[in-house]
Amino acid sequence: MLFGFEWDTSGPLVFAISILPMLLVGMWVTIQATVLGFFMALVLGLIWAVLKAAPSRIVSWPAKAFTEFLRDTPLIVQLFFLYYVLPEFGIILPAFMTGALALGMQYSAYTSEVYRAGLEAIGRDQREAARALNLTTVRTFTHVIVPQAVPRIVPAMGNYLVSIMKDVPVLSVVTVLEMLNVGRIIGDRTFNYLIPLSLVGGLYLIMTLVASAGLRLLGSRLPKQGIPLK
Amino acid sequence: MTDTIIKFDKVVKRFGDVTVLNELDFTVKRGEKVSIIGPSGSGKSTVLRILMTLEGIEGGVVTVDGEPLWHEGPNLKPASEAHLRKMRAQLGMVFQSFNLFPHMTVLRNITEAPVKVLGLSRAAAKARADELLDLVGLADQAAKYPHQLSGGQQQRVGIARALAMRPKILLFDEPTSALDPELVGEVLNVIGKLAEEHDLTMLLVTHEMRFAREISDRVLFFDQGRICEEGSPEDLFTAPTQDRTREFLGSILKEG
Repeated sequence: MLFGFEWDTSGPLVFAISILPMLLVGMWVTIQATVLGFFMALVLGLIWAVLKAAPSRIVSWPAKAFTEFLRDTPLIVQLFFLYYVLPEFGIILPAFMTGALALGMQYSAYTSEVYRAGLEAIGRDQREAARALNLTTVRTFTHVIVPQAVPRIVPAMGNYLVSIMKDVPVLSVVTVLEMLNVGRIIGDRTFNYLIPLSLVGGLYLIMTLVASAGLRLLGSRLPKQGIPLK
Repeated sequence: MTDTIIKFDKVVKRFGDVTVLNELDFTVKRGEKVSIIGPSGSGKSTVLRILMTLEGIEGGVVTVDGEPLWHEGPNLKPASEAHLRKMRAQLGMVFQSFNLFPHMTVLRNITEAPVKVLGLSRAAAKARADELLDLVGLADQAAKYPHQLSGGQQQRVGIARALAMRPKILLFDEPTSALDPELVGEVLNVIGKLAEEHDLTMLLVTHEMRFAREISDRVLFFDQGRICEEGSPEDLFTAPTQDRTREFLGSILKEG
């Protein structure tokens, strides 16, 4: 029994059907961790991107060093650090929050590069036109650069959403009951790993296919010229 | 107030080791239409870019309407952004590749800065934009996006956008160089129409020699960061005194 559901081991098909609700509970955790981690990656990444672009090296250099560190160390190391080391300093987060934070931190290093590339792609031409018209730096950023950068940024961000989804099983090592962990627990208790793990794989495939299709649709709908301003 | 609106006094501009402007001196009178011609790399566009505050200078003083552009105060300390903003309001620029905002409608391209910089109401800015679109012959294109227009139409929007800020000085940086030959005429017509306005000072960097001859009060021939020769269009085009000018005009006329 898991999450209040009973499994039925009398036959392969009934077993599969009986454990599906448990896996779906795990899948819901996976989706939540993905969304929360992705959201943190988007917010933190933007902060890093702005700091890295700062004119002062005292600001930009630590930001560059930190994102490089995030990118070049394994997710699981960062996760262990957050889960086992932070409590020594009195910071105790629930396993799920720790996991989402680890995902968000690691991926913020990647998203900051996407922001940087997207913003830099809006060329000198546009900045000069805005300057010649005496638009302020802030107005130029919010109404000239960002609307044109969004269509370049969104597709690349979408790829990281799918990547984060596929990295969620790493959180099982700090006891988060995401889908793979649920499948493994079912296997441990019923001595049948084939069916639960196959189902986990299948459900993962469905999730990533749905996410990719949604992202493709979003990508094709994005106006190439930028978010239109009338 | 003097009659001189632009003054370059021993202006030096370098890009790395390359000296683009070498102690350049020249003046432009209020309302004057001046064409700048010369081989590429001679520093013509740089002059406009310095005036539009897109490029700084390494030496000398640029004065716009009696006030230093890149300096401020009695000691001529380097200009602050606030000073540059104030000075920039007197100038407008038409770019070689139009530089319209692709995500804004034609109307929004023209009204964005008047509303946000000059503080006009949307309605007042629209009224002005409608007038200007009429002037450039695009009254029916206000709701379109730049990519829906031809290059010539886009450049005419570029002109309207610059004019919407009511500049005293309008800078044209090779405004027809990026256009297909059959679209050059419609843009030149609009610029020609503007040249009839007496208040507006115009500086035009161009390779359209015939046009420069038609509309200019004076032509400057640039070579290697200095003015090699200057004079009325008649004198400069028909009786150039410098070998370098003759050589340049000869090569251009052969091409055209």
